[in-house]
Amino acid sequence: MATFTLPANSRIGEGQTFEAPAGATRVKEFKIYRWNPDDGQNPRTDTYRIDLDACGPMVLDALIKIKNEVDTTLTFRRSCREGICGSCAMNIDGSNTLACLKPIDEVQGACKITPLPHMPVVKDLVPDLSQPYAQLRSIEPWLKSDTPAPPDGERLQSVEERAKIDGLWECILCFCCSTSCPSYWWNGDRYLGPAVLLQAYRWIADSRDEATGERLDALEDPFKLYRCHTIMNCTKACPKGLNPAQAIGEIKKLMVERRG
Amino acid sequence: MAGTQKLTRTTLRSGLGRVRGLGSAKEGVQHWWAQRVTAIALVPLTLWFVASVILLAGADHATVSAWIARPLNTVLLIALVAATFWHAALGLQVVIEDYIHTEGTKLVVLLAVKALLALVGLAGIVAVLRVAL
Repeated sequence: MATFTLPANSRIGEGQTFEAPAGATRVKEFKIYRWNPDDGQNPRTDTYRIDLDACGPMVLDALIKIKNEVDTTLTFRRSCREGICGSCAMNIDGSNTLACLKPIDEVQGACKITPLPHMPVVKDLVPDLSQPYAQLRSIEPWLKSDTPAPPDGERLQSVEERAKIDGLWECILCFCCSTSCPSYWWNGDRYLGPAVLLQAYRWIADSRDEATGERLDALEDPFKLYRCHTIMNCTKACPKGLNPAQAIGEIKKLMVERRG
Repeated sequence: MAGTQKLTRTTLRSGLGRVRGLGSAKEGVQHWWAQRVTAIALVPLTLWFVASVILLAGADHATVSAWIARPLNTVLLIALVAATFWHAALGLQVVIEDYIHTEGTKLVVLLAVKALLALVGLAGIVAVLRVAL
């Protein structure tokens, strides 16, 4: 059954406060979820007051500044700092997004940062994404074709065929969408979630792929696909401006179409 | 809950094995399509029914009975009752599947809710027919 309260060892307490340096004029407060698997303590929220005049414009800049200059124990994932690797996906100011693409000045008041919702936490802002990764693997996200590739070149697509995978190939698998979806929260063990379904549709829509029917067969399931109730949190959350809800809708349309 | 299994480490099965699980049930389209078709059918049926009830407001028992007994009205009323309860059954099934994760409880609740809706829907149809025939 659905549970409505957190277990006692998951309740979040107040943590430490780190003051801004004296003389700072533009001070922004960051309230960051902290949890360490090794100390046996409950999760807590630490408060960091940062001088924005000595900090880059994005939330990731603030996190890096905190880690470098204020509190080296703060743990988070980051790599490219330009929205292409998907590592710094987290919940900022109540919405899942990439810290590197989120300007600090878009956040009113204190900036609350927690890990992606409803995933097991490894430490601080690092979620355990092994389940969505396994789900991605389960839809076999690679080109499947019985026809051998032409010996003298690549597999060709018309301009129109190529256009069909626009809005799909750009997904960077940050899982902001899947972890914003209530259906994925409640049934993530069986529902594939918007990110993985968008990837599935990326291969269904690819004119070079010859396994469309097989792919639809694998998705035709009350839980794998039909737990999507068109809530649209996925599309709202996507930091790349993609539309997973529409991709899922297209899969559902194909399911009806192939019945004749 | 999704993460519970992983957190408690009660399984050493691989992630892919867990995610593939029992495989695809190869169904769900029928349910999804029927839910949409009944929803669309209910739009004109409900509008017609509400308009009819407003027009019949204040009429006596004999007038309403005669209205129900007209063949077109009888057919549309039965269609309205059937579509309503079918749509309700499909919708409640989704809610139950969403929130009840214990297989046994889920099965019992699903069967009970569907049986109740089938019986009440049937009663509605019989009521229309008894007035009409």
